[in-house]
Amino acid sequence: MNIYVLMKRTFDTEEKIVIENGRIEEEGAEFIINPYDEYAIEEAIQLRDEHGGEVTVVTIGNEESEKQLRTALAMGADKAVLINIEDDLEETDQITTTKILEAFFEDKEYDLILAGNVAIDNASGQVGPRLAERLGIPYVTTITDITIDGDTVHIERDVEGDVEKVDTSLPLLVTCQQGLNEPRYPSLPGIMKAKKKPLEELEIDDLDLDEDDVEPKTKTLEVFLPPEKEAGRILEGEMDDQVKELVSLLRSEAKVL
Amino acid sequence: MGKKLLVIGEVRDGALRNVSFEAVAAARKINEDGEVVAALFGEGNLEQLGNEMIYYGADRAVVVQHENLKNYTSEGYAQAAMAVIEDENPEGIIMGHTAQGKDLTPKIASRLESGLISDATDIEVDGDDVVFTRPIYSGKAFEKKVVTEGLLFATIRPNNIAPLDRDDTRSGEVAVKDVEIKDLRTVIKDIIRKTTEGVDLSEAKVIVAGGRGVKSADGFKPLEELAEVLGGAVGASRGACDAGYCDYSLQIGQTGKVVTPDLYIACGISGAIQHLAGMSNSKVIVAINKDPEANIFNVADYGIVGDLFEVVPKLTEEIKKLKENA
Repeated sequence: MNIYVLMKRTFDTEEKIVIENGRIEEEGAEFIINPYDEYAIEEAIQLRDEHGGEVTVVTIGNEESEKQLRTALAMGADKAVLINIEDDLEETDQITTTKILEAFFEDKEYDLILAGNVAIDNASGQVGPRLAERLGIPYVTTITDITIDGDTVHIERDVEGDVEKVDTSLPLLVTCQQGLNEPRYPSLPGIMKAKKKPLEELEIDDLDLDEDDVEPKTKTLEVFLPPEKEAGRILEGEMDDQVKELVSLLRSEAKVL
Repeated sequence: MGKKLLVIGEVRDGALRNVSFEAVAAARKINEDGEVVAALFGEGNLEQLGNEMIYYGADRAVVVQHENLKNYTSEGYAQAAMAVIEDENPEGIIMGHTAQGKDLTPKIASRLESGLISDATDIEVDGDDVVFTRPIYSGKAFEKKVVTEGLLFATIRPNNIAPLDRDDTRSGEVAVKDVEIKDLRTVIKDIIRKTTEGVDLSEAKVIVAGGRGVKSADGFKPLEELAEVLGGAVGASRGACDAGYCDYSLQIGQTGKVVTPDLYIACGISGAIQHLAGMSNSKVIVAINKDPEANIFNVADYGIVGDLFEVVPKLTEEIKKLKENA
């Protein structure tokens, strides 16, 4: 099976967000593989081990993204592809990302494409379904279980807490939800091996695209932090009185009861 | 401005989800003088629900009824949606940012080669410009975004844009559109309902959430009782999910759900930054924790330092009393 994983490099979940000159400051921040993409990488490796084939991890980013690709290779992926847009594109949106990926997949043979169901930074969750639509293949989002049986694929997906059992077929794109698996940590031999695994670097030029082909149709005007919350009130006294006071405050002051 | 906007409503168990009305209100806000057309897809007779969309502010409604629309699939619903979009040729589309909205709208946007602004929590109209506010980094920051070309296409986060008052004196045409829904490559074999209370986390007005302090799966019982008297839903921190006390579908945080209820009651939750990202934009936050130094108190409006197993049942009793006397 030819398995591809769409990966994004994101801020570590521990990071606080700082805004400098109207942009989110990246200097000094820790970056990780988007947590939902880790589920995708892990599942891809498990499916390859079961069915044979090859796992290729693809990312769109800059040369810094190589680190996360090497981590994916150390986990067990076979190949990595970095589509480096740093020098070519300033503004991007989901249309940009989808068009680049569509061009990348144009001459590829793929059975299964896995992605995270959402990236924890911009959180649009659009790219997976958008790409599947461009490629003309079915997709299933927020999956928590997948079994491949010949050309038939049995999937369980999380739908706002309910479990939906879905049957579909290959080729297919899925987006991964928490609960799908427990992503492994790269082992030391894995890390050593990863250094020698192929990591191809492309620019949009190599995909026969130029800036105009991937022009975004939405634009961010500004980013801002939520208003600082004022410190709240810690209640005091006997527990029974505290509870009574809380109910009274929720009712008359906060007006939520 | 005289635009025509399409609102895709969402039917669940034969009723409209509240976010459908919020989407109508959002479209009205963008489009005070223009036309708002509601679209509904499903099985069986949806005409009355079409009227309901009109009572909440739509001018007219189009419903597509087909046995293959009984369960949501992106392919089936996209066929229905594309047929309506081709007929109506709207200048914008608004839908709720729900499981269905998240799954369906990127497909339609991709088909139409349109931009899509997902998960808007606020909309400002400034002359011809429509500015959407949306959370990024799970609510650690926000961005203001506009469409620069093509369709004004957005999904709105439930519980953020207030619906208009229901007015059943409003009337408008409800058209039934025939669309052949076929060639579906994904088939729903079964749906296992786990959300027994029927209150979805993303739409809940009240959430009672538990963390590691809940200590066990049984420990969630008092939280469930409190949620029940408040008509709310139960949520959890990652700690509680990782410890196996509850299902991951309840997880609130940077991984998991991002919620903005009117009232969030955090029980035995320390308040890791990843959890705060998922809930700190709730309107009113109550924290109950044994540890007075817990970070959760920094975002809480009201805090009680104490054992949740003592505090939560007392709180349930007090609220019961209040509801009985009301």
